[in-house]
Amino acid sequence: MKKLKNVLMVALIVLSIVAIAGCKNDDGNETTNDNKEVNNSVDSNDDKNNDDNDKSDTDNSDNAQEDDLSGLVSVSGSTSVEKIGIATAEEFMALNPDVTVTYESIGSSNGVKNAKDGVTIFGTASRNLKTEEKNWGLTETVIAHDGVAVITHPSNSANELTKEQVQAIYKGEITNWKDVGGEDEEIVVVSREDGSGTRGAFEEIVEFEDSLTKDAIIAKGNGNVQTTVAKNEKAIGYVSFTYINDTVKPFKIDGVEPTAENVVNGDYSISRPFLVIYKEENMTKESKAFLEFVLSDEGQMIVEEKGGIKVN
Amino acid sequence: MDINLNMVDDNKNKLIDKSIDMKIDKRRVVLESVARKMFLLNACIAVISVAAIAFFVFYKGLQPFFSNNAEGTYSLIDFLTGTEWRPNDNISSALYGILYMICGSLMATAGAIMIGVPIGILTAVFISKVAPIRIKKIIKPAVELLAGIPSVIYGVFGLGVIVPKIMQISPQSQGQSLLAVILVLTIMILPTVITISESAIEAVPKAYIEGSYGLGASKIQTIFKVILPAAKSGILAGVVLGIGRAIGETMAVMLVAGNPIAGIPTSIWDPIRPLTTNIAMEMGYAFGLHQEILFSTGVVLFIFIIILNLILNKITAKAGEK
Repeated sequence: MKKLKNVLMVALIVLSIVAIAGCKNDDGNETTNDNKEVNNSVDSNDDKNNDDNDKSDTDNSDNAQEDDLSGLVSVSGSTSVEKIGIATAEEFMALNPDVTVTYESIGSSNGVKNAKDGVTIFGTASRNLKTEEKNWGLTETVIAHDGVAVITHPSNSANELTKEQVQAIYKGEITNWKDVGGEDEEIVVVSREDGSGTRGAFEEIVEFEDSLTKDAIIAKGNGNVQTTVAKNEKAIGYVSFTYINDTVKPFKIDGVEPTAENVVNGDYSISRPFLVIYKEENMTKESKAFLEFVLSDEGQMIVEEKGGIKVN
Repeated sequence: MDINLNMVDDNKNKLIDKSIDMKIDKRRVVLESVARKMFLLNACIAVISVAAIAFFVFYKGLQPFFSNNAEGTYSLIDFLTGTEWRPNDNISSALYGILYMICGSLMATAGAIMIGVPIGILTAVFISKVAPIRIKKIIKPAVELLAGIPSVIYGVFGLGVIVPKIMQISPQSQGQSLLAVILVLTIMILPTVITISESAIEAVPKAYIEGSYGLGASKIQTIFKVILPAAKSGILAGVVLGIGRAIGETMAVMLVAGNPIAGIPTSIWDPIRPLTTNIAMEMGYAFGLHQEILFSTGVVLFIFIIILNLILNKITAKAGEK
């Protein structure tokens, strides 16, 4: 037994040495392999669909287009866009029973990456693309706008903050609610995880990039921030407008209510676009139809229903 | 080969029709070798999985510290001793220090073990030696069910029940804290500790117990002076596996830990950011160096687990000697 163990240990050590040696020559290609595979399958799917289309086009060219939509439209990305994404997807699937639309909420950065690698046809982002991402040859379409609301517990006596105060709170310069019109209580700062589109947009607009206070609690996802703030009277957090409900109270920022109208007319400054991102070559007929649907009057009505602000 | 020869011998003794016998013989030999190869193959799959995981994690995780990395290198010392975590696309302004996470992970695990192990062992004693059958029939399945509950459910329970309760008594303003993590982990390691301790206790030879009673010891004396010492190695194995579960737990902990971006915890009321949640929270968003550093965090965790298993091996080896 002992011998065998020794042999195994040596084998493992040798393997790991080989692994480390291997590191140096490789340029890190292997991570993209899986993606490529998925990509391929998506591509082949496309080809098939295209073939089908060609056939039907030649067979009965005058037929209505909508009838032969079938297949999968995969979307992944921002948790903030999730509600809008799922609602529009459901409506689109109801109109086109043969099409399946999937929405996976895994965060803006990952959505952009997936669109780039072809893992999903569409990525969604709740922030503007970073300079690095802009070089990836992606097409972006704004499907809605969204405000980011600064929220607190409904029992908090503070009702209004200026953008400078929000900035100071998130930088850790103001740590007591009495300094911003509340009671003499410590402020519990709740922020989103690094890489979140909402956090990216919020940090950019409120201007505290890279200087988030060390005392901040980090919650993953909009819903988690909402729950944390709803459970803690001293907490402050920020969520997409789509996550405001009775359990939390949004602050007026610089005297402006966080409402859709105020975002549209430019009074409420903490807002960002909801983007759909894709590579032209990955687009199928179905995915084009889906994007068109989201941008149509009907799709935009759903956007508005779900708390988003429609694009005009 | 040995088997082969034996069979041939058998056949000679039996002296039945040779041709049929040879056929059976051959079939047997083939079956034997096929079976042996199947076992070998299965064993290999297990070993290869470990090797592949180790290879992949180390391969990705060691990259940030080598000089020929595309985005520049990050100092291993800064990584292991830093107390602030600020990922940034620009490497010169990024901070990837995990010391405070290592501290948090270890403190949470130690706390959970300190509370969970006594409860677990005593429960195991109760189930196997003290409880009347009727009560045992309720408690045992309950403990087993506890093991089967998905971990994220523990997290939701922690966020909804434990965190608000802590908030009421905590000197700090938030309930997400080391204490919350310890409490959730304590509940989570209980089934591991209980089931393994219980089987160790059940395995103590009857003769020991009868001998103890024969010498006039009471039940409690027998349990603490005879049964528990005799089951020590099994119980320790349960504890080590419990540590493994506590240190690797992610989903439940993520919801109640608070996950701050900096600061070594100095009291049980401080929020912590365990190594596991750091990976789970940011892996979805990370790319480039940030992603590789998350793999490095995984390497640290992996090394923890390797050390734990070495300890476990030592413990079980010692038990064999006795």
